[in-house]
This record gives sequence, C-alpha cells and structure tokens, in this order.
Amino acid sequence: MSATVAMAQPAAPARQRRFTVLRQAIAFGRTRIGLAIVVAVSLIALAGPLVAPHSPTVFVAAPYAPPSAKVLFGADYLGRDVLSRFLCGGRVILGLSLAATAIGLAGGIAVGLLAAYGRGWLDELLMRLMDVLLAFPQIVFVLLLVSAFGPQLWLIVLTVGLSHLPRVARVTRGAALEVVERDFVKSAEALGETRTRILLAEVLPNISSPLLVEFGLRLTYSIGLIAAVSFLGFGLQPPAADWGLMINENRIGLTLQPWPVVLPVLAIGLLTVGMNLVTDGIARAAIGLGAAPAMPR
Amino acid sequence: MIRILLRRLVLGAVTLLLVSGLVFGTTQALPGDAAMAILGKTATPARLASLRARLHLNEPVWRQYTGWLGRAMIGDFGRSLATEQPVARLIGNRIGNSAFLVGLSAIIAIPLSLLIGLVSAVRRDGLVDHVLTIASLVLAAVPEFVIGIALILVFATGVFHVLPAVSMLSDSRPIWDQLNQTILPAATLDLAVIPYMARIMRASMIEVMESEYVQMARLKGLPRRTVVLRHALPNAVVPFVQVSALQLAWLAGGVVVVEFVFRYPGIGAALIDAVSNRDLPVVQALTLLIGVVYVLLNLIADIATILLTPRLRTALR
Amino acid sequence: MTMPGVSVEGLRVDLAGTGRDIVADVNFHIAPGEVLGLVGESGSGKTTVALALLGHSRRGAQIASGRVLIDGQDILAATPAALRAARGRLVAYIPQDPGTALNPALRIGVQLEEMLRAHLPMLDTTARAVRLAEMLEEVKLPAGPAILRRYPHQLSGGQQQRVALAMAFACRPRLIVLDEPTTGLDVTTQAHVLETVRSLCARHGVAALYVSHDLAVVAALAQRVVVMYAGRIVESGPSAAVFRTPRHPYTRRLLQAVPDPAARRGLVGIPGHAPAPAMRPAGCFFAPRCDLATDICTTMPDATRVAPEHDVRCWHAADLAAATPAVPPPDDPPPPGGTLLAVRGLGAGYGSVRVLHGIDLAVGPGECLALVGESGSGKTTLARSIAGLHADRTGTIHLHGAPLAESVRTRAQDERRSIQYIFQNPYASLNPRRTIGDIIARPLHIFFDLPQDDIHRRVAAQLERVALNAAMADRYPDQLSGGERQRVAVARALAAEPQMLVCDEITSALDVSVQAAIVTLLADLRRTMGLSLLFVTHNLALIRTLADRIAVMSGGRIVELGATEDIFNAPRAPYTRDLLANTPGTSAIGLTQAAQTPP
Repeated sequence: MSATVAMAQPAAPARQRRFTVLRQAIAFGRTRIGLAIVVAVSLIALAGPLVAPHSPTVFVAAPYAPPSAKVLFGADYLGRDVLSRFLCGGRVILGLSLAATAIGLAGGIAVGLLAAYGRGWLDELLMRLMDVLLAFPQIVFVLLLVSAFGPQLWLIVLTVGLSHLPRVARVTRGAALEVVERDFVKSAEALGETRTRILLAEVLPNISSPLLVEFGLRLTYSIGLIAAVSFLGFGLQPPAADWGLMINENRIGLTLQPWPVVLPVLAIGLLTVGMNLVTDGIARAAIGLGAAPAMPR
Repeated sequence: MIRILLRRLVLGAVTLLLVSGLVFGTTQALPGDAAMAILGKTATPARLASLRARLHLNEPVWRQYTGWLGRAMIGDFGRSLATEQPVARLIGNRIGNSAFLVGLSAIIAIPLSLLIGLVSAVRRDGLVDHVLTIASLVLAAVPEFVIGIALILVFATGVFHVLPAVSMLSDSRPIWDQLNQTILPAATLDLAVIPYMARIMRASMIEVMESEYVQMARLKGLPRRTVVLRHALPNAVVPFVQVSALQLAWLAGGVVVVEFVFRYPGIGAALIDAVSNRDLPVVQALTLLIGVVYVLLNLIADIATILLTPRLRTALR
Repeated sequence: MTMPGVSVEGLRVDLAGTGRDIVADVNFHIAPGEVLGLVGESGSGKTTVALALLGHSRRGAQIASGRVLIDGQDILAATPAALRAARGRLVAYIPQDPGTALNPALRIGVQLEEMLRAHLPMLDTTARAVRLAEMLEEVKLPAGPAILRRYPHQLSGGQQQRVALAMAFACRPRLIVLDEPTTGLDVTTQAHVLETVRSLCARHGVAALYVSHDLAVVAALAQRVVVMYAGRIVESGPSAAVFRTPRHPYTRRLLQAVPDPAARRGLVGIPGHAPAPAMRPAGCFFAPRCDLATDICTTMPDATRVAPEHDVRCWHAADLAAATPAVPPPDDPPPPGGTLLAVRGLGAGYGSVRVLHGIDLAVGPGECLALVGESGSGKTTLARSIAGLHADRTGTIHLHGAPLAESVRTRAQDERRSIQYIFQNPYASLNPRRTIGDIIARPLHIFFDLPQDDIHRRVAAQLERVALNAAMADRYPDQLSGGERQRVAVARALAAEPQMLVCDEITSALDVSVQAAIVTLLADLRRTMGLSLLFVTHNLALIRTLADRIAVMSGGRIVELGATEDIFNAPRAPYTRDLLANTPGTSAIGLTQAAQTPP
C-alpha cells in the first residue's frame, strides 16, 4: 500500500523555509494562548520589581493582615507586603531556569551527537555514563549535591542542568541515529567530509525540530524543579523574595490569608502551563510537517 | 533471548556500582574537609576529629568506599548524625509508608491512564479527547508541589473541608486503616503522573491504529472490537509498559516533594530533613536506596519490553 | 438484472475537504474468473481505486460517489455492518507488503482463523481446523501445526505473501483485489505467487483486480487491462490489444519505456511527471507531456470505442491505429579497452557473516559493467566495497594500477574523486535542509579550489547536463519529484569530475517512465564523457541497452560474466537461465512482433 494520500504543496520560495516549524506552530490557537501566558507572567517577573509599591523585605503591616488599601493582597506571615514580594519573587526563578536549561541542552546535545555518530564503544561508554546520571530522579540528584555543598544558587543551576543532560542526550541520540543512517550522510562521508562538519552541517539541522521541542520541555521542567527546590528551602534563603519560598513560608496560615500562597501558585502554574502549550504546539507542527517522529520518547 | 537478558542484568549491576560510587563521591570524597563542611567553621577540633573517625575520613578514599559499600550491602549505614539512631532503624518504618503511598498511586495510575489513553485514541479528535488533552497538557506541566498545594486549597481548607491537609499517620495502626491520610498525597502523585502516561498510551495507540496491519484487519471485515482489542492493543501496550515502569521510578522522586507538602512520614520527608541537617549517613542511605529502586525499575521495564515483543522473545528459537 | 461479477460505475474519490478529486469517472467490469490488470504509475490513483472496491479510503481521502456492484450488492451503499460482512466474504484484499500487513504480535494461526470465525460462524472447531489445513495446502505452505504457531517475522517474504493469499481466499470471495503483491519478492518467488493466484482464481471462479506499475507482469497475468493516468482511465481493453496496439499516447510511451528481456530495443522515457491533484491542467491531463497535443486537447476527451471492447480517452486515438514502432537500440561505439578498475579475490561481510566470496572483475574506461542479482546476492555490498563505503573486506581493488584502501576515509583525495557513488533512494540521499545548489556545490568546494562565481557557473552546468533547469539550484529536495532528485544525485556525482560512477539500484524506487529516462541519461553521459559505469540492478532486462558486459551474481559469487548479448542469447549458467526465464516481458503477448515491423 502506498503512503497516505499525497497532498499537493505549492513550492515555497527558498527564504521562508528556515522557520517553517515555528510558523506552523504559531498558527495553532493553543500555541498563541500559551505564548501570551508566558509573556505575561515573564513580564510580571522581570518588570515586577520596578513597580512594587513597597520593598519586599520591609514590615508594613501586622502578620497575615487582610487585604487593604496599603497592602492590596494583604501581608505575609511576618507582616511584609504580599504584592511586593510577589512582584519581586520571579526574576531569580526565571534566570536560573534559563541558565539550567541552557547547560542541560548544550551538554546533552553534544553528548547525544557524539554517541549517535561515534557508534561502537563511544556510544556504549557515553550511554552507560548517562544511565548513572539517570539513576536519580532529578530532584533527588539536586538534593544529593546540596547536602554536600549547601544551598548555593550556582550549585542549583549546575545540578539541575546536569540532571537534564542525560535526558536531552537520549533524545538527541535517538533523533540523530535515525538521521545518521540516511544516505545523504553516507554521501557526505563518501566525499570525505570531516566528522565535525557532518555533525554540524548534515545531522544537526535535520534534528532541529525534536531539539526545539526538547528545549521547551526542559525549560518547563526547570521552572518546576527550581521552584520546588526553593519551596523545600534549598534555594534563595530568607528574607529574600522568591515564589517557591513564599509558598512554603506562608502555607501554615493558608486558611487565614491565602494570598501569599495563591499568587505564587498561580504564577508558577500559569508559567509552566503556558510553556507546555507552546511546546506542544511546536511538537504538533513538527509532526505535521514530518520533521519529527510522532511518538514522544 | 537469555543472552540479551543476561547482558541487561550485568549492565544493571555495573550501573548500580557506579551509582553507589556517585553517591559516595559527592557526599564524602569531594576535595575539602567533609567534617568541616558538616560541622561548620566554629566546630571544636575534638568534635571534628571524632566525626572524622566516625566517617572513616582518615583512610584512603578507595578504602573508605569499599568499606562503606560493604557495610551498605548488609544494611549497615552507620548512625544518623542528627539523632544518633542507627540509620537502618530510622528509615525502616518510613520505607513501608513510602512504598504504600507509591503502590497506592501506581495501582490507580496504571489502569486509569491505560483506559484514558485508549479511549482518547479510539475517539480521536472528539470532545472527550480534546478535554482530556487540555487537562493533560495542564497537569503535566505544573510541578507536583503546586498540584499538592492546590489540592489542599480545594479539599482541605478552601472549598471542602473533607480531607486532612497534613498527614497525621500514627504508628500504632496499620496503614491501610488510615487511608484518608494517604488520599491527598496519592491523588497528587496520580495527577502528576497520569497525564504523561495517558498521552503516551494515546500516541502509541494512534500510531498502531494507523499501521498497515490494523488497516488490514479492518479490510478483513473483522468486528471493531476485535480490531481494537486483539490487533491494536497488544502492540500499543508495549511502549506504555515501558513508560509505566519509568513513571513508577519517577514516583520514587516525586514522593520526596509530595511527602514534604503533606508532612507524610516517608523516606522523602526523611531525606529533606537529612539534607537540611547535613546528616550524611542518612542522605547516603536514602539516595542509594532511591537509586537502586530506579535502576531496578528500569531493568524491569527493559525485560518486560523484551518479553512482550514476539520478535525479540523468539530470537533464539 | 444483476450481472454476475464486478461492476464499477462512476467511481469518484475526493481529497477530503477540498472538493478536488483524486480519481473520477472510473468505470469497468470484471467477469467471474477473469483477471483485470489496473496499470499506472505513481499518482495515477490505482491504489485509491483498489481500496475503494472494499469501501475503504486512506486518511485524507473520501469516496464521493459511484457504485461498486459485486454480485449485485453495492459495496459503497452498504451499512457499516453490511460492509464489515462484505469485506473478506465478498471481496478480499491482498496487500503490497505482507511483512507490515501481518500483525507482528499475533501468531499466523490466529490471524488465519479469525477470518473463519468472523465470516463463517457456522463452522465448529473441527470444521475450522479442516478448513485451515485446506487453506494452507491451496497456497502450498507446509501442512501441520508448526507454521500456525509461528509469528510473521519468522516467515520469509514469500511465505508471508502466501499467508496473505490464504487469508484472502479463505471465505471464497467473489472478488480479490491485489495491490502490487509481488513488489519486493525476488523473481522466482514472484513467478510462484502469480501462478498460485492464477490457478486459485480459475479454480473458484473468482474475479481479480491486479493493480501494478509493472506492465510486464500484468501482460503475463491479466486477460484485460485498464490504464490509469492522473486519476482517470485513459485506455482499457483486452491485454493483447492494448499492449500490441495501444491507442493512447501515454500507453504507447509507457510501453516504450518498459524493458523487455526478449528483444534488444532502446528505452524512451517520458519527460516531466504526472500532475498532483491540485495541479491538473484543464482538459486532458496528459497533454502537457504529450507530443501529439493540439488545441483541442484543452477540453477533456470522452471515452470512445476504437475496437471491440477497447476504449480510449483521447482526441487523437484514430491517428494511432498503426502498431507502435519499436525504438531502435542505440548505436554506441564500443569502449576503448584497457583497465580502469581491477578487483581480485574480493571477500566481504558483516562481522562473522560473509556475504561475498572470491570476486574477480574488471571495468575498463568508458565501459558499463552491470551487476545483476536478486536481493541477498551481495551486489550492493560489492558496489559499496568498491566505493569504500564498506570497510569489512579482504582482497584487492586497483584503480589505475594503484591499490585502494578499504575505507573511503583513508583514500587519497584523487581516489575519492575518481569513483562517485549514487544511492538507491532519491528520497534519502539529499539533505532536506540544503538547497540543490548547495548540494551540488559541495564536491566542488571539497575537490577544487574555486572562486564563488565559478562555483555558481559549474553548478548550473551540471544541472544542464542532467537536463534540469538551472533555476532548480534555489529549490529544496522536497519540492522535487523522485526522478528529478535522482538527476540531482547524478549531477552531484558529476560535479566531482569522476572517472567512474557506481550506481546502486538507482532506478528501483522510480516509475517505469522515469526509470527509462535515467537510463537514457546515463547512456548519453557515458557516450559524451567517456565515463565508466558500474550499474547494480535486479532487473536484467533494464540494462540490455546500457551495459557492455554483465556480471550475474548469486549467493555472494559471480556465476556468469560476459558480453551483454551473449548473456541474453546464450546464457550458460543455470541460474542465469532461470533468471531470464522468470523475468516477465511484454513480449508475452507478442510485442516482439511489433519490433520486427518496419517503422
């Protein structure tokens, strides 16, 4: 049986092709909603400190004071303005998440490509090392290292990034293996192209779609992980303003004054959901254009 | 097939060994004085010396490692730095509690996500599918502690005061007698895990339904139920089983945060306490335990995949 | 009045949601026991028609109108329950690739028996067992429970197809639809399977629709034939009439493109390619590629009867009443002699499995040596070893007297340049993320040190050499057809200015008309540039006018090596004789008579 019915596609002019997947993704309603949410929450996180009515560390009311003109969302367990702390509490999470994702992605792609193209012993060695890193749930890995070094921000970024690395490597390797088998790679070898050139110019551009999806996923998980680490008390330390920390600090008084918990919960929730919607849009666009396999790994 | 299985087992054992090395290395073997790091700069020399002796820090590293590993294999993890109790006794009860929680979650999650995935795939692009897809996109993204807090907000404090927000498990009654203490934590774990598993099942089922052999089954005029249950499902279930085992392994980590949220007395909460207190022996024991469970579950996933795929199963016949 | 047999009336299948048709105006009739061949190239819609006979359409297509009457029952008007009952019982399907059409998770016995359970529920367990044994015997599979307990992957391709046949005939349907069922099978197995189909149809009075792009096979099997192009039937009639005196320009050109093992004649391809549903011109769809097209061809012709039972959809049918003149074979000068490439004692394999043993051959400058063999004969491994793409080998290969290293990476740049390799699958051999111009320019960058303008000019020159428009340099591979992509692959190889091209089954994935064009192109290049060719193929007839010498391979050895005409006229090895005997040709119904008629 022949493949699915061939759809007539008008020839696209050369320039448009670079970002076809992204263009297609934006066309979905879901992606646009997700993007809007991400942009909105990011703006709050990034620009928040500039518009906060009070300093996040100053006491301005009684502990758990209800919302009033002075403190629009009430006060937290120590009497600080909830709104101000909320507006200042997102920057670090965003920054750390982006950094950790970048580390994980860069390292993972390098390892995955080397393993896929090297085959044989290099592949085995790298994948066994990845297995060891993968033997821990991501949060446990972070906790393990925090127990040795204490709660340092650079450590959090490094460990979260390292915990992403093997997962990204697996996906990269899987996608690259499929490409490496194709004849145009063998053709490049037959011409005598160097290994590096083949990896960068022949293989990498052809796995850009699954990698884009992976970037979205990893960023979503980074945000969740780093917020969780703060929630557990191993991220920014008091009296700093941080969404994760705020949730933990104030949950004792949840029944009295829900806002210091609800606001950061909403922010984190919306941010991660928005990111996931965008990622899903990219994934569907890639599958639709045949640029990525339909099954998630 | 035997050869493939043996190879997997050997690889698993090697991985476990390397895992133990990693745990040991990061907690005890890093440059710098571990004793000073734990006790802080204000510790007296006497305390530092006694801690060093206790952790065998004066011996060469490899001897420390083999000694530690040897003791660990018989269950002796030393004594907790915080409470002076033998670590094994401390975590003994808690392992049971956590295992129960994970088991409860898994028993609900696996059949439920299989069903959801199956229904979504068969009624693809219908209303039910769309709703479930949105729900899973939302739940899969949100971190588990946020789900937990949200559940507390709704069920324990805000809307309904039905379930306890904090688990007050008593040691005197068997755990299955105190189910309402475990409902919210288990529900949190399930809400975190089911969306991803259901999506995998759905995607796998759709791919199988589009396959040539399912088309052929339709063209043979077989009744619809036969096509779905006998032709599609056995093939679609294989990736699902693999993912289920991996998700179970993930639960071993998810349990950490969820126990903290609900103050559930399991190994997750114990780990967090130990990390806060820099209680190395406990940290070592728990991370090693979680690592072992993870590797074992991965191994089970691989073996199950081989057994469920006739092509691999009959390789030697 | 219900006519026995199968009647298709006014069948139309649309692209879902667009209102454009994939196929339309499809009418034909099949009598019980008769085999009707449905012939067409890719994009003709033949598979769409085949599936519609079962009331089925692929994702993205929907059956818009028409009737499919099988023994009086209209399949397209059936309720879902009636349709399910009809499938398997009234009409059965035999797929192209049994390997993917059999469920890998279920045993053969289960898959066979469920046909009986679903459609013949009155049979009890014993009766079913008896019937199963009958089914196996009919398709010449070994009797006994052993085979029933196997899984599909434990059977060979031929056995899998026999299982598919057994499933199809299990409930004695009135119509069997066969969709290219012998693609991928070697020639001997193909012959057996076709023989089984023929005898089963005759024995049980079953009508059969045989869909294929392979005219030779259809000529041997079908009593009547229908030719489709771009979703329309362009010609239909008795096989003998259609193949001997085709009355549609497309059929005529198609026949001129089919290689024939029985006669030495030239191959002519059809330039261009068939239009996709969205790009069809107003009027006759074939007009843009037809050399007989005139103004009247801007309106779609109706089907006219030109001879008893012989219908044609063409305004110029009357002009083609004379028999097709045979294309004379090309008059190529013989190669100059000497040795370019010498292979001695070559062995190769994969780890402990050796697939080539003691190969000796030589290729001279300007000579074309064909490597012919079935799958598993080792011909591809040999080609790759010569090109340096397969390093696990022993023995020696000398180029201009100097030994070549096993792996292309360790060869000198000049050696790499001299031998260029062209892959089988045009859909995988070009990087989808690069433009055609970039792809062709790569060898120029690597082997020659040229300024940018020179590169542009050379790329354009290469494109012209392979008869492609220079503007293609800005396009991406997925905008090109299979034939065009293969030409780009040739252009890329030529850019290196090689002395020898190794062509690995480069036409297997292409339509017949495109295949002929590529072969003609290679012959031209050989003549004008003095290129040597090492041409690997499983189709003996294809290289009759291209190759100077042929090496026939089987089981990793060369069983016969000689001049082309000697191999065809006086084959010595038994394997070669079998191969020739089992290769179907359109001469089966007397095309050679046309070849002997003066033009």
